[in-house]
Amino acid sequence: MSAKIRQPHSPISGFIFHLHPRKVAAETIRFTLSFGLGGMAATLFLVLAVTGVLQLLSYSSDSTAAYQSIILMYAGSSLAGFIRNVHHWAGNLLVIVALLHLLRVYLTGALGQGRRLNWLIGCTLFLLVLLANFTGYLLPWDQLAFWAVTIFTNMVTYVPLIGDPLGELLRGSNEVGPATLANFFAIHVGLIPPLILILLIYHFWLIRKAGGLVRSRNGEAHAPMVPTVPTLISREAAVGFGLCALLFLFSALVDAPLDDIANPGQSPNPAKAAWYFMGLQELLLHLHPVFAICIVPLLMLLLLAMLPFLRQAALEPGIWCGGSRGRWTAASSFLAGLLGVIIWVIVDEFVFKISGSEHFLTPWLSRGIVPLLSLIFISGLVYRLLRLRKSPPSESVMAVTLLCLGIVCGLTVIGIWFRGPGMALGFFFLKG
Amino acid sequence: MEQDQQLRQDYPEQPRRRTLLNRLWSLIGLLAFIELGWLGSSILKSRKTRNTQLQGTKWIEAGRAEALITGDVKAVPEGMLFLARLEDGGFIALSRTCTHLGCAISWDKEQEKFVCPCHGSTFDRAGTVLSSPAIRPLDFYQVRIENGHIRIDVSKAHRRESFDPSQTTRV
Repeated sequence: MSAKIRQPHSPISGFIFHLHPRKVAAETIRFTLSFGLGGMAATLFLVLAVTGVLQLLSYSSDSTAAYQSIILMYAGSSLAGFIRNVHHWAGNLLVIVALLHLLRVYLTGALGQGRRLNWLIGCTLFLLVLLANFTGYLLPWDQLAFWAVTIFTNMVTYVPLIGDPLGELLRGSNEVGPATLANFFAIHVGLIPPLILILLIYHFWLIRKAGGLVRSRNGEAHAPMVPTVPTLISREAAVGFGLCALLFLFSALVDAPLDDIANPGQSPNPAKAAWYFMGLQELLLHLHPVFAICIVPLLMLLLLAMLPFLRQAALEPGIWCGGSRGRWTAASSFLAGLLGVIIWVIVDEFVFKISGSEHFLTPWLSRGIVPLLSLIFISGLVYRLLRLRKSPPSESVMAVTLLCLGIVCGLTVIGIWFRGPGMALGFFFLKG
Repeated sequence: MEQDQQLRQDYPEQPRRRTLLNRLWSLIGLLAFIELGWLGSSILKSRKTRNTQLQGTKWIEAGRAEALITGDVKAVPEGMLFLARLEDGGFIALSRTCTHLGCAISWDKEQEKFVCPCHGSTFDRAGTVLSSPAIRPLDFYQVRIENGHIRIDVSKAHRRESFDPSQTTRV
């Protein structure tokens, strides 16, 4: 054995063994443990880096020329338009894949000793991905971009104390304009990619240090091992190349959206933020801005970051949702959040607003403190009921977390597909 | 282990010196970080002063006063604003930017109110909120009437919490 290990190896395998150990536990390579989500996210990051550099060759970041440079990408026989499509779809897909990856890590209980810091890094990476997507959104300088960024930078100004300076810092002036484009271009191209790269390397290193992917508790000592090459590598290659193939095919068929050139004088109706912020925009219709933009999202982020540090909140490692009962709890609490928030939105829209009782006290109470306290009360109730049902604490915390996730998903879905002109509620996606 | 002991014998001062060096390094790192922050903020600041210099105080002409009858609302595209004549005959210049999330509002002639396309906030002729989610009335600009000509100072949009007759100008 030892003679084998000392054998000189090629640069490629040298690189592989930098990322992976020589042998990995057989149970960690099964697809249904990880669904290859982390690998997909890493693949998408690489695709985004390459297509991003290629786009620098055809894109102009000057506000008077940006839109025209996008139009020119699709003119003639160059592949610049295709590259833009790949970059666009990969970026959007990364938001979904990263979220699912985060969810996978939590639900398979990979938050134990040695993985806590990595969870925080993962959460930071997710926020950076959102910021990268959002800053990239402005660059085409079309109507979609201009108004989405106008809406978002105005959302930021509702944050107490630091909101106004922060909004001004992002925009570079009082309103979205050439300075904003320069800011966003610098952040998108120069600031975020290196930050993500550094954190990504740290992320990978911490996984290796924690002993690879999460394993179930039983049989930890004598777990059967398989060689990394070819068992793990072939699987990773299959996921990575398969994803690339699908992404390129999709990008060849579907162009990334591009609206008319930005016109500060005319908001499209409805004007919507980027889709991953539609949950926030929806929340803004119902809550006082300080609660919708600052307090509620911060509380949810705090819950997310705290998960590995809450006592006994980590799920059974290596098993989805801690077992079959846990899976049932997870699915039902997610659905409860989803349906609950839909009902709340409909009631708020059609009962409170029409009867004029939306401000039954002051806006701060009726559209801030009362809904927030209700949410905390419901979360506490779910936790207590599950504990009374003799569920372990980890399962009860999971129920609350997935309830919140259901709420976020519900708000996002309503915002994207069920809001039409004037942000009226209805089945607008059916009318195309 | 042996090597380690040997090292310690050879360089007895090493640990203390190393701590000092480490502290120096982190101090230098901190200084570099502060300097970078100062550099960035100075660039941002210079850009901001350039922006405000470009704007300055700027008066624009908005036609003759008698052309606007009571109750009329007129868009003034070059100032990105609306000029309204209220029931009492006073003029008010209203910013086109919705106070909720910054979308551009438009005047609905039939319903006689400003409507924001983003979140459906509505405002009356004087810019006060008719329906949420907007909370604040529309910002207003200074209006002056000289020899029957309306002039508007578009350099600064004034924030307000409620409507007050002093925000209007009479002939």
